[in-house]
Amino acid sequence: MKNRSLVSISDYTIDEQLKILKLAAEFEKNPRQKILEKYVVASLFFEPSTRTRLSFESAASQLSAKIIGFSEAGSSSVSKGETLKDTILTVSNYSDIIVMRHPHEGSAKYADEVAPIPIINAGDGAHQHPTQTLLDMYSITKTQGRLDSLNIAFVGDLKYGRTVHSLVMALCQFNTTFHLVSPTELKLPSYVKQHIKDKNLAYHQYTEMNEVIPQVNILYMTRIQKERFSDPIEYERVKDAYILRLSMLTNAKENMKVLHPLPRVNEIDEDVDSSPQAYYFQQARNGVFVRMALLASILGVI
Amino acid sequence: MEERKELKVNAIENGTVIDHIPAQNVFQVIHMLSLNECENQILFGTNLDSKKYGKKGLIKVNNRYFDHDTVNKIALVAPTATLIEIKNYKVIDKKNIVIPDHVSKFVKCVNPNCITNHEDVITKFTVIDKKDVKLQCRYCEKTTAKDNFTFI
Ligand SMILES: [Zn+2]
Repeated sequence: MKNRSLVSISDYTIDEQLKILKLAAEFEKNPRQKILEKYVVASLFFEPSTRTRLSFESAASQLSAKIIGFSEAGSSSVSKGETLKDTILTVSNYSDIIVMRHPHEGSAKYADEVAPIPIINAGDGAHQHPTQTLLDMYSITKTQGRLDSLNIAFVGDLKYGRTVHSLVMALCQFNTTFHLVSPTELKLPSYVKQHIKDKNLAYHQYTEMNEVIPQVNILYMTRIQKERFSDPIEYERVKDAYILRLSMLTNAKENMKVLHPLPRVNEIDEDVDSSPQAYYFQQARNGVFVRMALLASILGVI
Repeated sequence: MEERKELKVNAIENGTVIDHIPAQNVFQVIHMLSLNECENQILFGTNLDSKKYGKKGLIKVNNRYFDHDTVNKIALVAPTATLIEIKNYKVIDKKNIVIPDHVSKFVKCVNPNCITNHEDVITKFTVIDKKDVKLQCRYCEKTTAKDNFTFI
């Protein structure tokens, strides 16, 4: 994967994705390595995303890379009206790889076209966030021992959630049975469901999660935002049905894990945190190992 | 008198006739081919009777021939159009317009949050549906359908 940008998860083949996951497991065993000592990682966050930025910067730091960049457009030349192209070309002179987050869809693809160095997309608007998908896959395979033939539930806003769409698409490569729990207004878009059908996989749709919990290996929770509803009364009516509480986990499989891309608002009650099923904080931690694996692979030191 | 009606139309010595343009899209085609900036003699008509399409539009450009790419870009608004090249009053070539596999430059991406609508980026699309003319943006991957075309 040397010098290969990661703009969209589909830029890498299944084998390459699995290779990254395998490598992430190696880094988890041995995270402090001076393998990127000679490299400079540019971390360009044209919009703030503290969680993702810190995860990348931690990954780079633990491998001894130098980090340059900015955490929001306001503190950079972008606020003076510099074009994305100029910023990318300039920063390319100072670094070996660019990690970028940008509010506009397609910005990472465009940056990749103009940059002489590889780009890792850390989120481009509502479009793609491939490192999130990889860390979700890593969390699943790590807790379940495999990616193949699992029952996976997605709960909450399945319509607008970029994270959900990408992960569903990625899991379509692994014979997954999907359980989709959402308010009627926020169902998974038909093009994503079509993708599931194209792979001859099964999906089941629900409006509440109780009957789903005992069946699944993974319960992937997402946030439901009030502004996604055309009718605020409808939001008030349904919102409590998508909050996970400890009492609901009584019949869950022993090894079932609850994932969430974070930050959560109230969709996972804090009493769940102490349950053996809670996995969302480890999931965030896994992100660091996946990003180490990506940086090391793309920079060609592994 | 019948003949007089046809006179101007046939009076092209050298140049190109674009026929069978959907009547409502004639001005679009003129714009796409930048004919509004062209100094050659140009004749155009719209809402003309057509046996095949009911109403049609027609453009004749004197002393001008169009290359492949230029021709195909009008396929987006006039997929039914035919192109006739004339030299010395004789038809030397007649071609149908082909919807290309890729479209660059002429159309805006429908997604207001797409990078192409915020930076000076040349739009690039893959034609994913030639029948209904649907374009997928190379950058944001959103689909722009015919009804949403805004020409640059
Ligand atoms: Zn676009």
